[in-house]
Amino acid sequence: MPDWLYNFPETIKLNIREPIDEFISYINVNWEGFFDAVTKGLRGMLKGVNWFIGIIPWWVLVLAVFILTWITTKKPLRAVLYSLLLIFIGSMGLWSYMEQTLAIVITSVILSLVIGFPLGILVASGKKADAIIRPVLDTMQTMPSFVYLIPAVMLLGLGNVPAVIATTIYAIPPIIRLTSHGIKQVDAEVVEAAHAFGSTRWQTLIKVQIPQAMPTIMTGVNQTIMMALAMVVTCSMIGATGLGSEVIIGINRLEIGRGFAAGISVVIMAVILDRLTQGIYKPKGGDLVAEQSRGFIKGK
Amino acid sequence: MPSKAEVLLKVNNLYKLYGVNRQAARDLMKKGADKSEILKQTGVTVAVNNVSFEVERGKIFVLIGLSGSGKSTVIRCINMLQQPSSGSVIFENQDIGKLSRKELLEFRRTKASMVFQNFGLMSHRDVLGNVAYGLEIRGVKREEREYKAMEMIKMVGLEGWEHQNPSSLSGGMRQRVGIARALTNDPEMLLMDEPFSALDPLVRRDMQFELLSIQRKMNKTILFITHDIDEAFMLGDMIGIMRDGKLIQVGTAEEMTSNPADDYVRDFIVSADKSRVFCAKHVMITPSSLIRLSDGSGKALSIMKRNGVSSSYVIDDKMTFIGVLTLEDAMKARSENLSVESLVIRDVETVKEDDLIADIMPQAARTRFPLAVVDEEGRLKGIVSKAAVLSSIS
Ligand SMILES: Nc1ncnc2c1ncn2[C@@H]1O[C@H](COP(=O)(O)OP(=O)(O)OP(=O)(O)O)[C@@H](O)[C@H]1O
Ligand SMILES: [Mg+2]
Repeated sequence: MPDWLYNFPETIKLNIREPIDEFISYINVNWEGFFDAVTKGLRGMLKGVNWFIGIIPWWVLVLAVFILTWITTKKPLRAVLYSLLLIFIGSMGLWSYMEQTLAIVITSVILSLVIGFPLGILVASGKKADAIIRPVLDTMQTMPSFVYLIPAVMLLGLGNVPAVIATTIYAIPPIIRLTSHGIKQVDAEVVEAAHAFGSTRWQTLIKVQIPQAMPTIMTGVNQTIMMALAMVVTCSMIGATGLGSEVIIGINRLEIGRGFAAGISVVIMAVILDRLTQGIYKPKGGDLVAEQSRGFIKGK
Repeated sequence: MPSKAEVLLKVNNLYKLYGVNRQAARDLMKKGADKSEILKQTGVTVAVNNVSFEVERGKIFVLIGLSGSGKSTVIRCINMLQQPSSGSVIFENQDIGKLSRKELLEFRRTKASMVFQNFGLMSHRDVLGNVAYGLEIRGVKREEREYKAMEMIKMVGLEGWEHQNPSSLSGGMRQRVGIARALTNDPEMLLMDEPFSALDPLVRRDMQFELLSIQRKMNKTILFITHDIDEAFMLGDMIGIMRDGKLIQVGTAEEMTSNPADDYVRDFIVSADKSRVFCAKHVMITPSSLIRLSDGSGKALSIMKRNGVSSSYVIDDKMTFIGVLTLEDAMKARSENLSVESLVIRDVETVKEDDLIADIMPQAARTRFPLAVVDEEGRLKGIVSKAAVLSSIS
């Protein structure tokens, strides 16, 4: 038996590492200006968000969570619980870490929405855009979240800015998908009515399609926020500061308590953000939401 | 006599083909292939096949046909929601197919408004917001558009409901919102695609009457689609029957009933309730004797005797219907020297020329004398006997 049947033959060799490294350094050298601009822009944005979170006194945040939970869920006990949970994070000495994490999450979510919402509309309105973007989204969803770290690190190095980019890429699919889904499922007759009354395309979109799709779009916003939070720990591997890095340090140094405290804080953030964004959008008409989304009773 | 009514909408040789291989379909069509054959051979649906008709201003034109016969496609070609494959749509001497994008929007905003089978209302807006939508997209200021919308909401009887969400209304009320929304634009024409098909029969009747009264009040031209022949006969001044994309016959309800173009039309009409087709004027006869109010009792008696009748209809000098004089009363008048006027029976039931047989049946059943048919000014046009009513519907 020849040896090559058992061991992969050394003669079949394809070297891709060096070309890729070369390609990246080529891009880094020649597109330096572009990446510098992106980095600068994102760093500025991150700073702004950080500054904004920083000027909010801790008790104002607790109070805001209390009031918002009460308003959106109408359950005072839950409002008390969430406020206490927030105080619990602070009492573990993790308040400032939480603020850093929140800044990255908020920045990434804003970016995801700003890019993803128009893309979703594009996907809904054109077959071509759909044919291009849908396979990309499908592929993205099968990839483990670590993969998103690679391009970010390659092009921008370590730190919070590449973390924002990786998080944005990871969190953008739901808002694109659900925006386009929401717009496509608007009752065809309602859209036709808008056209029949002489709406321009823009008017149809702004006055009919988007408002009608709002419940679905808000589900997309909620999911995008959840995805962004899911990247918190992963991103700390490329140098993102905040609760995630505390978890990593805890694991690396076998300080289980430290890692656990940070981990549970991430979970608390997730629960509160999830509940708040689920409850914020209540379409008019109350209990008839289900009927509305079916576009009234069909036929009979 | 009024001059011939103005034609508002004219549809000429309209075709609409759905599918890719349309040229092949056209070739087959020239050879006389029918719809199903063309579909089988080329995969092209001939939704509308050489349809031409005219709608006069102020009239209701009803298109009727089985499901899939192309009614919706025709109505959607009128405001270009569907681009016709060929043929033209002329509205007020303007070729709608040749309008620019901007002119087409203007046409939809001001000339023709649509009412939909499943209402097509926006669930994120209240009734007022829905009704004002057409004006809103035209850039009309809030105060003005809501004022106009409120007028139409009152007109369809929904005052007090303007801040409700449409989803909390019943089907009939929702379609009232749909009609109010269409009327708020003050269009020349309403395009109504099976507006009452989703409603239950009783509500449907109400809505039909309501539509007629609105139409009379506002004098709108209406293109109305239905698959219900009774509805067509009740509403339509003119009716067009469609089959497989073709317009088989156009005419009034009476023309169609008495002279159907083919078996398809006849089958359609058999299912119709004839008492809703024929009006009083179709079954009335001229009374054999008439007495003037100014006639003396002697003259009245001799007229009745000459015609061999036991009672006679009394009119004044302007042919206005007054009542009935019986032979006994005429003789009493002569012997007691009373005037005809004092003995005329005045509470005699009258009906209008255009009243449907179905609607005058109860009156015909309880009246002592044949019903008097009068016109708008109350002038006597003829009489309808109980027997005539019954024989017209058998
Ligand atoms: N967008 C479309 N693409 C392909 N075929 C279509 C399309 N719209 C309608 N058709 C076909 O055109 C024909 C006429 O349809 P249309 O909707 O005009 O009929 P209709 O008389 O309004 O029927 P209904 O009473 O069911 O509403 C049907 O055979 C239908 O399948
Ligand atoms: Mg139809």
